[in-house]
Amino acid sequence: MCLAIPGKVLEEFSRDGMRVAKVQFGGIVREASLDYTPEAKVGDYVLVHVGFAISTVDAEEAERTYKLLEEMDQLTELEAPVIEEVEPRKPQ
Amino acid sequence: MKYIDEYRNARLAQSVISEIRRIQTRPWVIMEVCGGQTHSIVKHGIDRLLPEGVELVHGPGCPVCVTPLETIDKAHAIAGKPDVIFCSFGDMLRVPGSSGDLFTLKSKGADIRVVYSPLDCLKIARANPEKKIVFFAIGFETTAPANAMLVHRAKVEGAKNVSILVSHSLVPPSITYILQSPQNRVQGFLGPGHVCTIMGYREYEPVSERYKVPIVITGFEPLDLLQGTLMTVRQLEAGTAVVENQYSRVLGREGNVGARKLVNSVFEVSDRKWRGVGWIPKSGFKLRWEYRDYDAERIFEVKEIDTKEPAICISGQILKGIKKPHDCAAFGTLCTPLTPLGATMVSAEGACAAYYAYGRHLDKHKVDSSVQTQVGGTA
Repeated sequence: MCLAIPGKVLEEFSRDGMRVAKVQFGGIVREASLDYTPEAKVGDYVLVHVGFAISTVDAEEAERTYKLLEEMDQLTELEAPVIEEVEPRKPQ
Repeated sequence: MKYIDEYRNARLAQSVISEIRRIQTRPWVIMEVCGGQTHSIVKHGIDRLLPEGVELVHGPGCPVCVTPLETIDKAHAIAGKPDVIFCSFGDMLRVPGSSGDLFTLKSKGADIRVVYSPLDCLKIARANPEKKIVFFAIGFETTAPANAMLVHRAKVEGAKNVSILVSHSLVPPSITYILQSPQNRVQGFLGPGHVCTIMGYREYEPVSERYKVPIVITGFEPLDLLQGTLMTVRQLEAGTAVVENQYSRVLGREGNVGARKLVNSVFEVSDRKWRGVGWIPKSGFKLRWEYRDYDAERIFEVKEIDTKEPAICISGQILKGIKKPHDCAAFGTLCTPLTPLGATMVSAEGACAAYYAYGRHLDKHKVDSSVQTQVGGTA
């Protein structure tokens, strides 16, 4: 579970003072924090581990690593449910 | 794509193997540290492609495997409380504690949720102000920046209902521990690429120097692993012992400075127990005093739990590179991924589980010569 998954930064925005990106991994798009990769910008490829980009990589590296992780069945962390921001429930 | 061909090219792999064979004059034992590397090595049969005298042994670098049974039992004790929403990475849910796994507890009604990022816990906390949100913060150095950010953000946002159950492991103290063992066989290391993406490799230099072992920071693709092995054998044959970086296309000596800084502000180094191995000094993280209000162990005052591992299990010796899965009488019979007896079988990245997943329990006593074609087969 220490492996980071490469993806492409599609768009970036700010939320609660944090830099967040939409990152494309194969056919899946998930959010990732860019706080640890201030150099990353739209169009770049980043290595993402549990929702955080930890390094930028070039496109060839990204493509190759993604294919290997797919073969090794190591992409399951992307399948974790998306948790939406919802209004707090009133305490009973 | 050009680079894929280049990296998965069987001919290139063959030439690296030939070069290892050409320069090797004596038997060498090399340990890959990271569980992802172990998985890749076993999947691609890389250990079986190497000349007979170059042996790969599989290190302790799977965070799920080395999380102590006591910590899993603590997770169960906390997750079973009615006012708790217990959050975890998916990998931890199937790891059996003393009384079943977290999936079973969930099926009995506990509110246990798989999250993609630790930061998801903040969203869950905002949506459920009457509940206590506890995150199972496991991992090696690669995962520490994400877990640290959860605690940091919780403090910044003033979230009062978030805490973490910490089970963090560090690689350099664990390899030092292996080198200090009187039974140690390991003469060189393939260092963990993604751990060093965060940490860099400066902290491996004193280990290499003191114990006179080459450490080559290595990626996890087949050709990376072969090149890392070649670089290690070259050093062993030449009698040198330095840290080299095979994975320079991804990381540098300093790692990710911003991530390291936040990790150091939230966590401090502490002693910790490793499943199958025991206590290793200064080999883990605990929350700093300033963040004590986010420490689930303090909040829930879970008692120390006594646990017992099956006597037959040799995972401790496997994690130290002294033995291999096939040396265990229970491997593939009593102990399988569905009925794991110890650390190295509980996660897919453990050595025993990787051997099992790729059918090696079926050839316990024979060497499979057909693997010679495997690297070519994946190109």
